[in-house]
Amino acid sequence: MNELLKIKNLSKNYHTKQDETLAVDNFSFDLKNGDFVAIVGPSGCGKSTILNILAGLDTKSKGDIILNEKNKIGYMLQQDALFNWKTVLENCLLGLEINKNLTKENKDYVLDLLNTYGLKDFINSYPNTLSGGMRQRVALIRTLATKPDLLLMDEPYSALDYQTRLSVSDDVYQIIKKEKKSAIMVTHDIAEAISMADKIIILSKRPSTIKKIIDIKLTDKSTPIKNRKAKEFGYYYDLIWKEIDHDV
Amino acid sequence: MYSLEHKKYLQKAKKKNFLIKLTQIFILIIFLIIWQLLSDYKIINPFVFSSPTKVFETIISLHNSGDLYNHILITVWETFISFILGTLLGIIIASIMWWNKFLAKVIDPYLTILNSLPKVALGPILIIWVGAGMQSIIVMALLISTIITIINVYQGFTNIDPIKIKLMKTFKATKSQIYFKLILPGTLSNIISCFKVNISMSLIGVIMGEFLVSKEGIGYLIMYGSQVFNLDLVITGTIILCIVAVIMYGLVLYLEKKLIVNK
Repeated sequence: MNELLKIKNLSKNYHTKQDETLAVDNFSFDLKNGDFVAIVGPSGCGKSTILNILAGLDTKSKGDIILNEKNKIGYMLQQDALFNWKTVLENCLLGLEINKNLTKENKDYVLDLLNTYGLKDFINSYPNTLSGGMRQRVALIRTLATKPDLLLMDEPYSALDYQTRLSVSDDVYQIIKKEKKSAIMVTHDIAEAISMADKIIILSKRPSTIKKIIDIKLTDKSTPIKNRKAKEFGYYYDLIWKEIDHDV
Repeated sequence: MYSLEHKKYLQKAKKKNFLIKLTQIFILIIFLIIWQLLSDYKIINPFVFSSPTKVFETIISLHNSGDLYNHILITVWETFISFILGTLLGIIIASIMWWNKFLAKVIDPYLTILNSLPKVALGPILIIWVGAGMQSIIVMALLISTIITIINVYQGFTNIDPIKIKLMKTFKATKSQIYFKLILPGTLSNIISCFKVNISMSLIGVIMGEFLVSKEGIGYLIMYGSQVFNLDLVITGTIILCIVAVIMYGLVLYLEKKLIVNK
């Protein structure tokens, strides 16, 4: 499989009036096409910083990011950030509208996604009439609308309650696999990471360096909810739990 | 169909509303009757305190002379112009401030000073600078409504959820795209609630201006009445002003309902 993204020795400093903090130090990682990678680590360790730099929202201090030019990045944020004055469809078309790419073909693609993923009856509804899980699906379709090759997800379900979270992560996972996207997901939930990712990167506390990369191999790997029942699940959980620095 | 319980609930709510309206009207009528009686029996000086019948007579005579509508129209027109100009100017200046954070920080203390300054104090200067006429009145109203609009709208702009701005940036939106697709529509409800403040502010400014310089308008009517010690005219003017203010406010409320489909 070919490589989609190469990150070499990425470092990031933050500057405040008081001092300078090294948030990410020497982060190197290659992502293969179709990979689903989760990044876990103690809170405030700079996980989101890495995603922000990859998405071009933040600048890097040092290092190289090599991404094939024709590959596009889509970003899914911590909250759905739907515009409540726009309908579901209009929300999903936002990225295309901004990129001036609102062709008939692209619009049909979005309509198709909405139909496929259970939002058929809500295309012309406003977001405030949707449940939390539905909003999250709309947010994902909004990201997918621009046809990105790589999805960045920053704790995408942290705003949801536990029940919804499980079913939405199942939905989102299946959509990502079906649409054959690669993904990098930042999460603080170890179980969520194991149930979804092929590979887990464990970061140390600040300044974040890679502590360990673990390949997740589950027997009968299927959907995230079912994966939680795999017999290796507990083993991986323990392994990762011990690796993460816990400050209490 | 609603259940019996729900129907009862609705009826109860309706009844309560009706009672409130009825009491409100009742208070007004009682007030008018007492005012009339006190005046008729000379318990209060009818020359100073007027009476409902005298007010009514004044309105009729103003109506007959044809002056009434001219005065009302002038005041409404001045208020309308000040409202439109003040709102537009306020939104434009707030937008420039959003666009240029440096500028926003620089003018912040000046805005605070201007906002806390009682604008009526500028009246004498305005008359000399702008001239004694409608332009002075409108400038006075603009001073009052524009500054408060700038502050309110700018606050709305800066209160937009940062995660939504981040979302726009993930799509590589330009600054003008962020402004037109997110900031402006996202602040619409703020802007419209500003309308409500502004219509009152404009009216205050116009009346203040009319007190100072004018030859026409409701403010002039009140001022003229007090100068010739015709208290009937003063009170009539005030009552007409109340009615005009309520109608204009009602129109803005109606506009708000029409414009905001989704909250």
